[in-house]
Amino acid sequence: MYVHAAAETAEPFATLVEPHLDYLYAFARKLCGERTVAEDLVQDTLVRAFRAGDSLRNRERPRYWLTKILLSASADRRRKEAPHEHDVPLEDERFSLFDTLAEEDPLPYSDRLHLDFLDLFDDDSLTASLQQIHVAHRTALVLAYVYGYKAREIAELTGTTTGTVLARLYRGRKQLEKALWEYAKQRGLLKGEPRR
Amino acid sequence: MIACREAAERLWSYLDRNIDQAQEDELEQHLGLCRHCCGELEFAKQVRNKLSASADTPLAPTARARLQKFVQRLGER
Repeated sequence: MYVHAAAETAEPFATLVEPHLDYLYAFARKLCGERTVAEDLVQDTLVRAFRAGDSLRNRERPRYWLTKILLSASADRRRKEAPHEHDVPLEDERFSLFDTLAEEDPLPYSDRLHLDFLDLFDDDSLTASLQQIHVAHRTALVLAYVYGYKAREIAELTGTTTGTVLARLYRGRKQLEKALWEYAKQRGLLKGEPRR
Repeated sequence: MIACREAAERLWSYLDRNIDQAQEDELEQHLGLCRHCCGELEFAKQVRNKLSASADTPLAPTARARLQKFVQRLGER
């Protein structure tokens, strides 16, 4: 429940949400990729937060409260846009980016190969890679490793169990490894691949 | 002792502190003897750092201005 005992003390809506605009946009962008879609999702979140009324606002944890609203808005959009979305099976659960980098040695003259590979990714390319991951896994991954939420908090935020979150994190990590590798290959960031 | 594959599957849970004591002991025993898995552990830390570093991406000034205006309009209703 997000009813705060002292919710009667009215605070302007803008004062409550403006400190979190950067966070909301960055989170929305990682969830849905496109800048315009992310901004639209943030606006949808703000409207829902405003309509929730003062009594429903969590003043102790406004970011957590706004996160839950954003996730709900995002889920509603997906239901409209892709109502039959299913979990995407991993082609190869054994894929290891660490081993693949060591075996393929894809960066010339690198004595810190694994770190140099990660340095290829700026925020845009990391966001693009995240879009290749199934949305349930991506959501868990972003909440856990970008924003530091605990598994039990993610379970509460996404309406599932902690066990399911842990399973999604495991699969999300494997998918991320694969997505980073495929993105680097497709964009020609590795030696021998045409740059795009 | 656990094999490399099993150790690799536990590395992120180990870093997340989502692993029970017996599994943690087995993993640490393995890491004490396996240079390859120590490398995997280090890489897992680097990937996590990459993800957490992306949290602070600032909003473009034009997008911030649009959203602030949107918030103000909501507040005026």
